[in-house]
Amino acid sequence: MKILVCVSKTPDTTSKIAFKDGNAKFDDAGVQWIINPYDEWYALVRAIELKEKNASITLHMVTVGGADAEPIIRKALALGGDEAIRINADSNDSFYIASQIAAVAKDGGYDLVFTGKETIDYNGSSIGGMVAELLDAPYVSLATKFELNGTTATVTREIEGGEEVNEVALPAVVSCQKGVAEQRIPNMRGIMAARTKPLKVVEPVAVDALTSVVSFELPPAKAGVKLVPADNVAELVRLLHEEAKVI
Amino acid sequence: MSVLIFIDHADGHVKKASLEALTYGADLAKQLGVAAEGLLLGTVTEDLAALGKYGISKVNQVSNEALNNLDAQVYAKAIAEAATATGATVIVFSHNQTGKAVAARVSARLKAGLVAGAISLPDTSNGFVVKKTVFSGKAFANVNITSPIKIISLNPNSYKITAGEGAATVNQLSITPDAAKVKVTAVNKVSGEVPLTEAEIVVSGGRGLKGPENWGILEDLGHALHAAMACSRPVADAHWRPHHEHVGQTGVQVAPNLYIAVGISGAIQHLAGVNRSKVIVVINKDPEAPFFKAADYGIVGDAFEILPKLTEEIKKIKG
Ligand SMILES: Cc1cc2nc3c(=O)[nH]c(=O)nc-3n(C[C@H](O)[C@H](O)[C@H](O)COP(=O)(O)OP(=O)(O)OC[C@H]3O[C@@H](n4cnc5c(N)ncnc54)[C@H](O)[C@@H]3O)c2cc1C
Repeated sequence: MKILVCVSKTPDTTSKIAFKDGNAKFDDAGVQWIINPYDEWYALVRAIELKEKNASITLHMVTVGGADAEPIIRKALALGGDEAIRINADSNDSFYIASQIAAVAKDGGYDLVFTGKETIDYNGSSIGGMVAELLDAPYVSLATKFELNGTTATVTREIEGGEEVNEVALPAVVSCQKGVAEQRIPNMRGIMAARTKPLKVVEPVAVDALTSVVSFELPPAKAGVKLVPADNVAELVRLLHEEAKVI
Repeated sequence: MSVLIFIDHADGHVKKASLEALTYGADLAKQLGVAAEGLLLGTVTEDLAALGKYGISKVNQVSNEALNNLDAQVYAKAIAEAATATGATVIVFSHNQTGKAVAARVSARLKAGLVAGAISLPDTSNGFVVKKTVFSGKAFANVNITSPIKIISLNPNSYKITAGEGAATVNQLSITPDAAKVKVTAVNKVSGEVPLTEAEIVVSGGRGLKGPENWGILEDLGHALHAAMACSRPVADAHWRPHHEHVGQTGVQVAPNLYIAVGISGAIQHLAGVNRSKVIVVINKDPEAPFFKAADYGIVGDAFEILPKLTEEIKKIKG
């Protein structure tokens, strides 16, 4: 059994969001980079748990990014897994990225591909679905629980106002979110071991992007809060009813 | 040439998120000077012709009960076939749970560029530029779709539903879906609650409420407002509330008309999930709580005193 986990580098959740070059690019000055939390806390940790239960599982991770993504991959390897693959390309077109991952996934013959439910910077929630389509494999998105049973998996996924339990044939692609696993902190042994784990760099396959980012913008600033005294709750209700017209 | 809008449904009914997508798709078709058509996979109990009031001229249906369960692979193939059969140049989804499972697959299948999480109509004056949320609601990106066929998946609660007059024709498509590789073995819905991502009003509690035993007064407010319930991450982590209520950068992202935050400090990761709400009300005993900077209205005070009064005042106007 072979599992591939897709990991992506994203700005830390506390990063100040600003843009440069006439709002064409994210301003990464002073930004700390982390592994996308959904990839790390849920997808990767669940895959590691599966491998801990069944040592015959091979666990690889893959990222699409430049050499500056390597510290993030080493950190992912410190949590667990056997090997990482970096596809040496930079893009924010989901189809381009997914095509790269699908090429690696096809070559490696993985039974299971995990992604996070979305990245916290681009919020596309698209990579898993695209990879699945390119592999002609089933896809279960927004998983909150995942169990392996031989050649199938039982996956609980989020639906509006609840959850649905799915039985899915492998090979399959699954996008993971909260519930699938609990965040782990890498320990010293893991960090040492990660230094010598293989990190393969492969060149991208030729694919045309289908989208391009023209510009970024920040939301308009709020006008400022209107405070209502605690002993006049009725006034708040009046404002919401008559001024904001939301109740 | 047409705009094809995917119509999602559950329990025999078209979802509210799809009514937004229908209105959006109809407005987009008008902008492009082409027809707007809907596409429904599976069966519903309501009258499909009536969906014409959202501005579409035709509803295409693949009336096969096997399609009432989602298998994204089966769906994507059927949608791609329907798009080709109807000559669609733009396909619109809601960026809800189903849209997230399916739109990306259709995009890869048709090599049609996708903007996921769109919030407004495209700017077609120079290309096909769609605005979407990025950085978990902290910013927007304007993304140009360069492929001949374009796919937009619209963030729930970002486009106002407008219903007028009119009936759509209903057209049965003869598409035979593949056998599903995903079997649905159980569905657990929280009954009687408003789904968080569809709610117009969200009432949310944080660690300031001290413990799960105190949630009653917040739920009373929620009921009075017909609101969905939400919470901050530590509240879900401590199992005071179920995980699906956790909003924020690493939880559910919501954009209701009204978000009422009680006993929540307003950490940047929390704000990322709620800052697209149209109106934010903050109730917190600490005047320095960062949430007040992101709020429209606020009360500095003790939640335990304020909440019962607030519920009472709201019941008065709700009659
Ligand atoms: C990578 C990462 C991702 C994260 N993702 C999320 C996320 O998605 N969502 C999220 O919510 N958090 C997230 N967090 C956590 C976030 O940083 C905060 O820790 C969290 O939001 C705080 O929750 P809280 O406001 O409920 O609690 P606290 O910060 O403890 O705030 C409690 C508030 O209640 C007020 N209060 C106390 N008593 C009363 C009273 N009687 N009446 C009125 N007010 C009272 C206090 O003044 C205080 O402001 C994330 C953190 C990290 C590092």
